Amino acid sequence: MLFDFTQEQLMIRDMVRDFTAKEVEPRDKWMDENGFDHELHKKLCDAGLMGVHLPEQYGGADGDAITSAIVIHELAKGSASTALFVDAHWLAADIILYHGTEKQKSKYLPMAAAGKIFAFGLTESSAGSDAAGIKSQAVKDGDTWVLNGGKAWITNSGVADVYIILAKTQPELGNKGISAFIVEEGTEGLKIGKKEDKMGMRGTCTTELSFDNIRLPASAMVGAENSGFKIAMMALDGARISVGAIAAGLAEHAMTIAKHYANERTTFGKPIAKHQGIMFKFADMAAHIEATTLMTYNVARMKAEGKRHTLEAAMAKLFGSEMCTKTCMECIQVLGGYGYSKEYHVERLARDAKLLEIGEGTSEILRMLIGATILAK
Amino acid sequence: MKILVFIKQVPDTINVRIDPKTGNLDRTGLKGVINPFDNNALEAALKIKEETGAAITVVSMGPPQTEESLRIALAMGCDEAVILCAKELGGADTLATGYTLASAVKKIGDYDLLLFGRHAVDADTGQCGPIVAEFLNLPQITFATSIKVEENHVICERDFDDYIQKVKVKLPAVVTVCAEINEPRYPSPLGIMKAMKKPLITWTHEDMGCDTERIGKNGSPSIVREIFEPEHTQKDTIMFSGETDEIAKSIVDLLEQQHLI
Amino acid sequence: MDKSLYKGIWIFAEQKEGILNGTPLELLAKAIELKKINGDEITALLLGNHVEPLADTLISYGADQVIVIDHPVLKEYKTIPYTEATVKMIKKYKPSIFLFGATTIGRDLAPRIMARLGTGLTADCLDLKLEKDGTLVQTKPSYGGNIMCTITIPDHRPQMSTVRPKVFTAIHAEPGRTGKIVLENIDVTEDESTQVLSVSPKETNGEPIDKAEIIVAGGRGIKAKEELALLEELAKLIGGRVAVSRPLVDEKWMTHEDQIGQSGNTVKARFILNIGISGAVQYIVGMQNSDCIVTINKNPTADIFHISSYGAVADYSELLPAIITEIKKRK
Repeated sequence: MLFDFTQEQLMIRDMVRDFTAKEVEPRDKWMDENGFDHELHKKLCDAGLMGVHLPEQYGGADGDAITSAIVIHELAKGSASTALFVDAHWLAADIILYHGTEKQKSKYLPMAAAGKIFAFGLTESSAGSDAAGIKSQAVKDGDTWVLNGGKAWITNSGVADVYIILAKTQPELGNKGISAFIVEEGTEGLKIGKKEDKMGMRGTCTTELSFDNIRLPASAMVGAENSGFKIAMMALDGARISVGAIAAGLAEHAMTIAKHYANERTTFGKPIAKHQGIMFKFADMAAHIEATTLMTYNVARMKAEGKRHTLEAAMAKLFGSEMCTKTCMECIQVLGGYGYSKEYHVERLARDAKLLEIGEGTSEILRMLIGATILAK
Repeated sequence: MKILVFIKQVPDTINVRIDPKTGNLDRTGLKGVINPFDNNALEAALKIKEETGAAITVVSMGPPQTEESLRIALAMGCDEAVILCAKELGGADTLATGYTLASAVKKIGDYDLLLFGRHAVDADTGQCGPIVAEFLNLPQITFATSIKVEENHVICERDFDDYIQKVKVKLPAVVTVCAEINEPRYPSPLGIMKAMKKPLITWTHEDMGCDTERIGKNGSPSIVREIFEPEHTQKDTIMFSGETDEIAKSIVDLLEQQHLI
Repeated sequence: MDKSLYKGIWIFAEQKEGILNGTPLELLAKAIELKKINGDEITALLLGNHVEPLADTLISYGADQVIVIDHPVLKEYKTIPYTEATVKMIKKYKPSIFLFGATTIGRDLAPRIMARLGTGLTADCLDLKLEKDGTLVQTKPSYGGNIMCTITIPDHRPQMSTVRPKVFTAIHAEPGRTGKIVLENIDVTEDESTQVLSVSPKETNGEPIDKAEIIVAGGRGIKAKEELALLEELAKLIGGRVAVSRPLVDEKWMTHEDQIGQSGNTVKARFILNIGISGAVQYIVGMQNSDCIVTINKNPTADIFHISSYGAVADYSELLPAIITEIKKRK
């Protein structure tokens, strides 16, 4: 490591590692087959893991960005879905943390720390990468905003208690005319739509949302009017650190299963781990996991130090997510026929991995961001 | 109300081996964790604290790395920790350990409830709780599967081999707990942050005024002559093979031979 | 300490409501073996109320002498009065060796006595040997049974042990064997600090596991709770019961009373069939003394085959139905 964790961070790491091995990993297959695990959610709340980085005054543990990366990284080693669930929860809560009024923070952050579930709603069915193309709109009516439209592919939707919804407040300004709103579950006009039947990450709940004349008070807006896009992009920087951490943890999980198999399975008189072809695969996987881990913790450090980290976060996600998919597929290959079976877990990990290249900024978008930034320097 | 919880740091796996060169336990790569049953004792204390506002002191006798386990106990919610640590305390059997722990209790002075796990998973004796109770002249409740504090009494259910006994005992008392009593909590990140600031005191045998004849190796009537790995008696196992139906027939033949059907 | 003043092999005759626990008879069997080394007399210490009739049984199983303390305070087991009575006897008679069953009572009582006397106590012994000079060599498991230790108590007396139940086997009783019965009329103080509120038998599904003669045991290899029904069916057909290793108790498919192993129950079955059990040491120590051990496991390298009399490398979900069908065919 480029740096040392503090004693507290090491203790937190050990605790999450222990928790993941005992409570999280054994449930991952069940979640893949049955969906969101409310019992596990309760355990995460009881263990104090839902608000690690939130300030203590709001019920959090005052952890910094490195500490949150540690938590996501360790959870991902047992269940990518669980790590993603916490990542999406933090992504939404962070919007209130960084841009909310004291009143909003005092009301909502304790909820997030206690484990009420938050979800971040930007993407719509016809606007993903082109975020400026969202159609949800909030129109002023006296002191109230009236929200119409809908969202799609929102992680934690369907189980969330609080949604952060991005909507156009001045459509003619494109992405400079978007604002962020807090919409609580149960608000009249908020409808939970179709639940997605996803390839992987099936332990998270992902649904469509529709907004039918939802009336929101002025106090429901987070941050300045029309600053929603900037707020969202800032939040995604932090989320991309989480994705790097998930990629590193998930790939390591797959590699561990494959390593165990490679040391036991024999062909042509010896364990396959002794065949160079297999050895080379593990060399590449291990080096890439190491690189992703270091990149991720480095961006976390930059964030903890208050430095701008948009470029580095994008790189960590781009590199980590693509390496994770490749690694998981390679681990299936190592297991051969058994890799193709649901009984041996790696196929589930590979299905989980693919989302990391798509959600919270596709690899193509990230390449645009990184390329443009580098070329402009 | 003041609760003392006694914990022991044990290796994180009991799948230990003997180093063939030295004949001693191979300690490489062995991390220390809180003895699982002591986690149950801590949880029992923390639950009582939540209900009654009791103060919890966690105590452990061991080498310096025992501090890590005490910090975790503090992170779970104990108020202060004491490590009993000195070279002279090492090599103790259960009698010497019990004497040392009782000396710590006497130095602490005020206490209502002393909690232990039912046994430590390395030594597997379960003796320290009763020994401490004897030295302090306190009633003891071993193998508790439930615990409730009522005024100046504690009410416990106890797991006897084929029955459950419910007892009411006047405090102060010693209670040793079984795993069935509760599900220990994980130390929360906030608890971990706070643990660093809680008091962790070190006491040597001198601090406690111990009689040096009764601590460590000096104070141990028992000695370990030898440690070894158990031999699996290699039987010549008769293996049935073939198709599933053939194996099934062979096994049912065996059942008939054994007069089971 | 003058060790030569201490003679005699004592065992604690645990009883409840006038019925002897199994352990005194097992301890007597071991004491008979130890006696062969130095000829020390075997004494059983019997505490209770109206328990004198048990003395003859103890003599028929090998006790040369039975010391009986019959006192109303001792009617029900309580740590402090039992400690007081036992310590008084030890101080009076000075035994060299004192053995207890490692039952709940034994593990509660022995350390209290040992602390009061300032001697040594070795818990959960699996073997005992006596050397010519009177040293008791105690073998006990630690680290869950992964490591065995031999322990001695060189300079203190009595040398105390608690012995794991069902490790030694009682001899065939010799009814009519003669021995000495001593009635000790001592004062025993009631323990005012401890009040027994109630005693309730544990809800057992059928016979207690440690008495089971025929067992079908399942472990981590069982894929789903529903599959235990296969084991139940087979157990029923062969007149036995189902037991499990620790992982399935952790999964809450069955309870601790159905568990075999270091942290569960020790069984000495006539016939035990292991299904989906790899043979971790912690499991094996709970059943290795069974007579006929049969194992079905998908993994040919599973440790459990080492202690099995018969085995098959097979998938139980195919093999068990085939066995059940075959049994029904033959009926």
